[in-house]
Amino acid sequence: MMTQAMSAIFEAFRQKLGSQVQSVRGDREDEVYVLLGDPDIRPIADHLRVEFGARLVTVFAEDRRTTEGVFFNYYVFEQKGSAQYLIVQATVRSDSLEFPSLSAELPAVNWQEREIQDWFGLTAMGHPNPRRVALHDNWPDVCPLRKDFPLETVLPPFEGERHLYRPAFGEGVLQVPVGPVHAGIIEPGHFNFAVAGEPILYLQLRMFYTHKGTEKLFEKLPIPKAVFLAESISGDSSFSHGTAFCQAVERAANIEVPLRGLVMRTILLELERICNHVGDIGAIATDVGFVIANAHASRLKETMVTLNEQLTGNRLLRGMVCVGGVRRGWDQAQLDTLRTAVDSLAREFRDLVSLIDSSESTRDRLEQTGVLRPDKARDLGIVGVGGRASGVDLDVRRDHPYAAYSRYKFRVPVYQAGDVWHRMQVRIDEVSESIDIVRKAMTDGLQREFRVPAPAIPPGRYALSAVEGWRGEIIHWIRTGPDDHLERCKIKDPSLNNWPALVEAVQGNIIADFPVINKSFNLSYSGTDR
Amino acid sequence: MFKILQKTVSTGTVTANYPAEPIKISDRFRGRPTFDFEKWRDARPAAEVCPTGAISISDKGNSRKVTVDYGLCVFCGLCAEASSEQAVRITQEFELATSDRRNLVLAAEYTLNADHTHRGLRKVERQLVNAETDVERLGEKTRETIQKILGRSLAIREVDAGSCNGCEQEIVALNNPVHDIERFGIQFVASPRHADMLLVTGPVTRNMEFALLKTHRAMAEPKVVVAVGACGISGGIFGENYASLGGVDRVLPVDVYIPGCPPRPQALLHGILLAVGRLGERLHTDREG
Repeated sequence: MMTQAMSAIFEAFRQKLGSQVQSVRGDREDEVYVLLGDPDIRPIADHLRVEFGARLVTVFAEDRRTTEGVFFNYYVFEQKGSAQYLIVQATVRSDSLEFPSLSAELPAVNWQEREIQDWFGLTAMGHPNPRRVALHDNWPDVCPLRKDFPLETVLPPFEGERHLYRPAFGEGVLQVPVGPVHAGIIEPGHFNFAVAGEPILYLQLRMFYTHKGTEKLFEKLPIPKAVFLAESISGDSSFSHGTAFCQAVERAANIEVPLRGLVMRTILLELERICNHVGDIGAIATDVGFVIANAHASRLKETMVTLNEQLTGNRLLRGMVCVGGVRRGWDQAQLDTLRTAVDSLAREFRDLVSLIDSSESTRDRLEQTGVLRPDKARDLGIVGVGGRASGVDLDVRRDHPYAAYSRYKFRVPVYQAGDVWHRMQVRIDEVSESIDIVRKAMTDGLQREFRVPAPAIPPGRYALSAVEGWRGEIIHWIRTGPDDHLERCKIKDPSLNNWPALVEAVQGNIIADFPVINKSFNLSYSGTDR
Repeated sequence: MFKILQKTVSTGTVTANYPAEPIKISDRFRGRPTFDFEKWRDARPAAEVCPTGAISISDKGNSRKVTVDYGLCVFCGLCAEASSEQAVRITQEFELATSDRRNLVLAAEYTLNADHTHRGLRKVERQLVNAETDVERLGEKTRETIQKILGRSLAIREVDAGSCNGCEQEIVALNNPVHDIERFGIQFVASPRHADMLLVTGPVTRNMEFALLKTHRAMAEPKVVVAVGACGISGGIFGENYASLGGVDRVLPVDVYIPGCPPRPQALLHGILLAVGRLGERLHTDREG
């Protein structure tokens, strides 16, 4: 379908870029696809960035050799002030398997382009660091997301990880390897610090230890079951990822979720944000020795998790979201519980914040620690909490409203200082805003339906869905296939964008401050590795 | 300082006394689904919707075998919604940990009808053992074991071998003031060399297999391994694929399995306490052997 607005876009691109632009289409005004006949994304990317100040949200690929004889790379752009996503679909021929890399100008896509190399066997020409990232060095040459690679493939046994880290030289310069098994109860990943005495010179990351074939597995499960897989992309963001997935299916199949369903999703998304922010605030306090603040924060988090259970039957909000809305409504008793819990949270949270504010030593340790400069944050494409603390004013809830967010007014906190203190401050501000949103939404649309039955999902549809998880921007893109299955499901967790921020933020800090800097971003390994 | 004290005093004690006293949990909580095999006339709808294949059916000739595996269950409740006759009920039971993987599997045999429903329950293989669910006793026994054998402290090393971090959320919650696992003399330690117990989450990924083995090797004897959650027990929704090896027992001998997705903190505590009993056993055999 090409609306008038779309044909205007088409004409403009045609004039600027010539016959490379083959068509412009889209079923929805807020999601427009521009098809390129070749893989050369550079002219259009430059055009969009220079003329429109567009931001490249994500890059991913799809194997369409069986139906269309080619691969496609998708480049998702957004423009400040517009709710529209412009998706450039670039054709990669299956006899060349090459596409030009954007990483030199746009470091934000560094890992994502390499992921395409590893998973699809395409080559990002001119990539400044084309080494493997998503498959470890000890893997055989396989392309797991190609259609001719079966999910159940049993790979031959391989030796331990033999990744070469960039060496660091100089008098008194040491390299400190940490992980993948860490000291605390956290996920696995490898950090290689080059240190000169206490200060960190350089940090190298090695992720994808928890890669478990998730995107491939999505192509195997019927859609209703795939919702549970979406909930397991990153456990602490179960509801956000679950919602992002269901939204994608709903958009693809033109399912309209009734108002109460949208409102309940909004409430649960905010409860997930509150739980995690409160937990993180406590954890940041712990990492600088203010243990008693964490005792209160983790107690608060426990009461919120208990509330989750009363509202959804699960402490992580699992098994609630479904295609078409939410699985269960709330009775008066549950609404009363919600109101009481939110009131008491508001009180207790004020106390927690004033406790932290009253501790000069905590503030002293957190200010100017782990600074991520705004220009670096922009260049690296940092999103979410880490971005907003460094001047990156992005929030999907406001920029591309979904669920019931357009019905409520809220403030998006943005700071420029980019240190641990301000990443905590963003969380503190957001908890207050979330409490406000939940209070407004609690009684909104009460008399309406919360779910419509999901019809059979038609094949050959595709859709992009975005959710502002508590960490930041979550993107799901799906293409539907026959029999209620998917042909492709791309997942972008905000962590994938944000790991490089950690590398920048730790430089010059002492190694003992690494835990608190890491915690202030609190990125998901599983969300990154999938 | 005054503020801190004031807050501490006004908050009071929040620690729950589980397992000495039963805990109050929300009546919405989805625990173990139970199956009335006598009443169950058709297991197909439940098997159809189960996201992980925890309920499965195999038909042979005119007989049908229905298998329920709590080691795969993610406690979503879809089976109860899909089944008529109220044959499947969601209960609030969460103390499901066991030392024998087979204890998590139920199997019922029926005669198959022409319309693919079934009748005439022939037999149920039911191995859920109750001796281990006596948690209160377990708590006391554990305290004794820990005091006698481990010098009053059990040290746990946690390894995420590929989980979605859901189980980590609940394991971290064990340390909050409400669950406060340290009241048993149990603590999480940074090094496997200090640990008596390896608590493993996640399906074991190809990329974590080596690190998991090395961590286990670094621990001194006696040691126990506890597999946490549906993924840790069986691979859960991820199962086995090119990147995932499945459950922890594909790589290491597992002493105790704790079902859940994720298991709530009390369920973890129950499993850990159960495993401490195993640790005591192992110590005796080591000495005798």
